[in-house]
Amino acid sequence: MSLGSIFDIAGSGMTAQSLRLNTTASNIANAETASSSTGETYRARKPVFAAIQQSMLNPSQQGLAFASDESPGAGVRVEGIVESDAELQMRYEPDHPAANEDGYVFYPNVNVVEEMADMMSSSRSFQMNVDIMNSAKSMMQRILTLGQQ
Amino acid sequence: MAISLDGALGIHQPALEARIKRAEVLANNLANADTPGFKARDIDFGAMMQKAKQDMNGLGMEKTHDRHMDISSMAPDSELLYRVPHQPSVDGNTVDTQQEQSRFMRNAMEYQASFQFLNGKVTGIKKALSGQ
Repeated sequence: MSLGSIFDIAGSGMTAQSLRLNTTASNIANAETASSSTGETYRARKPVFAAIQQSMLNPSQQGLAFASDESPGAGVRVEGIVESDAELQMRYEPDHPAANEDGYVFYPNVNVVEEMADMMSSSRSFQMNVDIMNSAKSMMQRILTLGQQ
Repeated sequence: MAISLDGALGIHQPALEARIKRAEVLANNLANADTPGFKARDIDFGAMMQKAKQDMNGLGMEKTHDRHMDISSMAPDSELLYRVPHQPSVDGNTVDTQQEQSRFMRNAMEYQASFQFLNGKVTGIKKALSGQ
């Protein structure tokens, strides 16, 4: 319970958002990666976020009732990355080197418009966490000047 | 008359601590702005100051072991509460980013105010000690 833990919280938010930005970059980069079968085709990847509770970090408190309810939380973590199971795009391109015997190629199920919106959202959230960290820093610096003229 | 530094600093020290705790809770809300199912939380500042006042009056219970429970934290109306959402989103997240950010900034300003008061107290004590 101190200003120091705000750095951890904002830091965990920044880590999570930059990972989200990473998946977005990967999705957009692979938006046109065609292949000849559904199994090999790239699928859009999405991170799954979950809140960290203080009791997870402090196992000694786990026995206490109300412990998880009383903690203000300790940031966000990435629980995993899931692949979208939306339908792949099947296009008829017989000239494509990866076309199958019927002349079809499979394109990833990446929705570029959605990815761009996701990118804006994650970069905004990242900035917000940086702002929080800056505020915590100036609050901490103020404390250091306590009692000075 | 015995000199008590705690008494001299008054309510401002627990107020500053409460501001720090609130900043932490709000920072956690903002970090989880994109977490599905996360419920935004906030501190009931009035309840917290009430508790601090009670502790100052010597009515709080003393803890001699770190696993001793604080009786006030067992009360159902504990100060860490859940926010009532204006526009709950489909994924169950109740964080309203703009509101949380404005609350965080306001809390930072109020922290500065508490800090100024505390600083004033400290400067006053220093002046009294130096006898000028």
